[in-house]
Amino acid sequence: MGEPAEIEKTVDQGLEVGAARLTEDKIEKVINSVLKGETGARLKAYVDTCIHCGLCSEACHYYLSHDNDPHFSPVGKVKETIWGMLKKKGRVSPEFIKKASEIASTECNLCRRCAMYCPFGIDIAYMMLVVRRICHMLGVTPLYIQDTAHSHSVTMNQMWVKADEWPDTLQWQEEEAQAEISTLRIPLEKEGADVMYSVIGPEPKFQAQLIYQAAVIMNTAGIDWTMPATSGWDNSDMAMYSGDDEIMGRVKRAHFETAARLKVKKIFMGECGHAFRSVYDVGNRWLGWSMPPFEIVHAIEFLHDILKEGRIKISKKFETPVTLHDPCNVVRGGGLHEMCRYVVNEMCEKLIEMHPNREHNYCCCAGGGVINCGPPYKNKRVESNRVKAEQLFAAKAKGAKVLIAPCHNCHSGLEDINQHYGLGLEIKFLMDILYEVMDKPE
Amino acid sequence: MHDLYVFITGPLAWAAFILFIGGSLYRLLAMLILVNKKEKFIFSYMSWRYGFRSILHWITPFATENMKKHPVLTIVTFAFHICLILIPIFLLSHVILWDESWNLSWWSLPDGVADFMTIIVIGSCIFFLVRRLVSPEVQFVTSASDYFILAIVAAPFVTGFFAYHQWFAYKFFMILHILTGEIMLVAIPFTRLSHMLYAPFTRAYMGSEFGAVRHAKDW
Repeated sequence: MGEPAEIEKTVDQGLEVGAARLTEDKIEKVINSVLKGETGARLKAYVDTCIHCGLCSEACHYYLSHDNDPHFSPVGKVKETIWGMLKKKGRVSPEFIKKASEIASTECNLCRRCAMYCPFGIDIAYMMLVVRRICHMLGVTPLYIQDTAHSHSVTMNQMWVKADEWPDTLQWQEEEAQAEISTLRIPLEKEGADVMYSVIGPEPKFQAQLIYQAAVIMNTAGIDWTMPATSGWDNSDMAMYSGDDEIMGRVKRAHFETAARLKVKKIFMGECGHAFRSVYDVGNRWLGWSMPPFEIVHAIEFLHDILKEGRIKISKKFETPVTLHDPCNVVRGGGLHEMCRYVVNEMCEKLIEMHPNREHNYCCCAGGGVINCGPPYKNKRVESNRVKAEQLFAAKAKGAKVLIAPCHNCHSGLEDINQHYGLGLEIKFLMDILYEVMDKPE
Repeated sequence: MHDLYVFITGPLAWAAFILFIGGSLYRLLAMLILVNKKEKFIFSYMSWRYGFRSILHWITPFATENMKKHPVLTIVTFAFHICLILIPIFLLSHVILWDESWNLSWWSLPDGVADFMTIIVIGSCIFFLVRRLVSPEVQFVTSASDYFILAIVAAPFVTGFFAYHQWFAYKFFMILHILTGEIMLVAIPFTRLSHMLYAPFTRAYMGSEFGAVRHAKDW
């Protein structure tokens, strides 16, 4: 995500300009309208039940990485945001809102690890989302993620990819791949295919080789798949994290309606975590579906299935020892950890587990929209995950040389950590490895 | 003194129990109505299987990662809550009161055991107090209300302990014991002691979301 800002104290115009426009009257009105109109029993029960025991603290990588600074504990962040708003009945200062927005958007990845450490199962990620929602309604959202939400709003994708650039990119990747496999197709707009494959904005924007690799895998595995030539191809959703639920709903509707238009049975999605959360858990609920209207199959699951069914043969297993990062949104949010291990063990000679792992893995510190808040927060983001660096270093000390991260945000966040702490790991997606080790048709 | 005794064991005791039971029912009902009005979806995600799976893990000592991380706190917390609930119900003198008033009687704890359990409760309260004062992560989120509810919980046990041993002014501590016991009962639905009422529901909801939707553990 670009270079970090050089100055020590970062300035985020999204927060500065937004807060400058506020008055206490306006803040009071907006906070109370969100609390009254959009929250209910959950928030009340969470606030009334929390016994202030601090047991959530050690769940949080921010807290652990800042030498147990209580400001960074999950409940500490609740204190500095929601509690303050409730205590003053919404009448807080613009300065308070600016700080609350920064805390909720850049000091919490909504990874939900703390929900597993709270004896009452209090959902602090939900409370941080309420804070983001309030800040969004007040127009005090970090600039970079706000820009991304604007992109979603205008183009229905995350990266300002224009309508013609999308099919162009797919056809370009198809041609590239045909040099390797002459019969390969990236079927566009194939009505009635079994599967619609959807990706996130950054793939066509600057990681087009991932689409190439996926196409090779789909073709080799004999999957009846298609990709839309229209908008609705992007399954990502930063509006979900900026508190802009209305845009989030529009983006998710476009996605599901595209799948419906193509009359597919399932949606396969690339290796992205937050997109999985938005399609599988959050967006569908906003649209009134308790579970998604289509079967959602994350890359981990379809790689698991095609390997298990023998649709793809491994010519020679990946020899370099690997370690595996469990992304929050597909593990705590989707339970795909054992499938992921099956995939890794099928493809690789040696998996060295990092600890803690599975549901208890530490977050990458990039997810939950934090990396999307951009360069002003890059230093804080990598420094706030020293504990991840230590965890990775321990895996490296046991021999791991490659780090598999089946999630885009994790990938980028871990790369920053890798560089900052000089870990010297090579970071790969599952499909990077599968593409490398699989039997390909001529 | 006698008039006061008659008052706190008569009308005030009635008031305390009515407020405790009525207040608890009211708080639970109000929460259900609020769910129904604002977040009806919670009903469709609640799962008996995963709700209880989660509750069972969290009421079993050392069944969760976080309990293993804090062995002393885990032991203290479990001992505290078990004693806190058992003593008032099964203390011999309490059972006798029920028997005298209502002809209801049940098994009771031997006095020596109850005495020891009371010490556990008082010791746990001191532990919680010290933890609040010295642990930075707890101290940071502590407000006056936290000391207040801790005092509300400790008071009936401290006074009851003094009254049982008949140290100092027996009658005074007896009255104080009854009074603080009544305060605690009333405080349960109307302070954050209401975690006694809500915890099973918040736990079951998180357990249901983690189990049925996210296919993951929540412990």
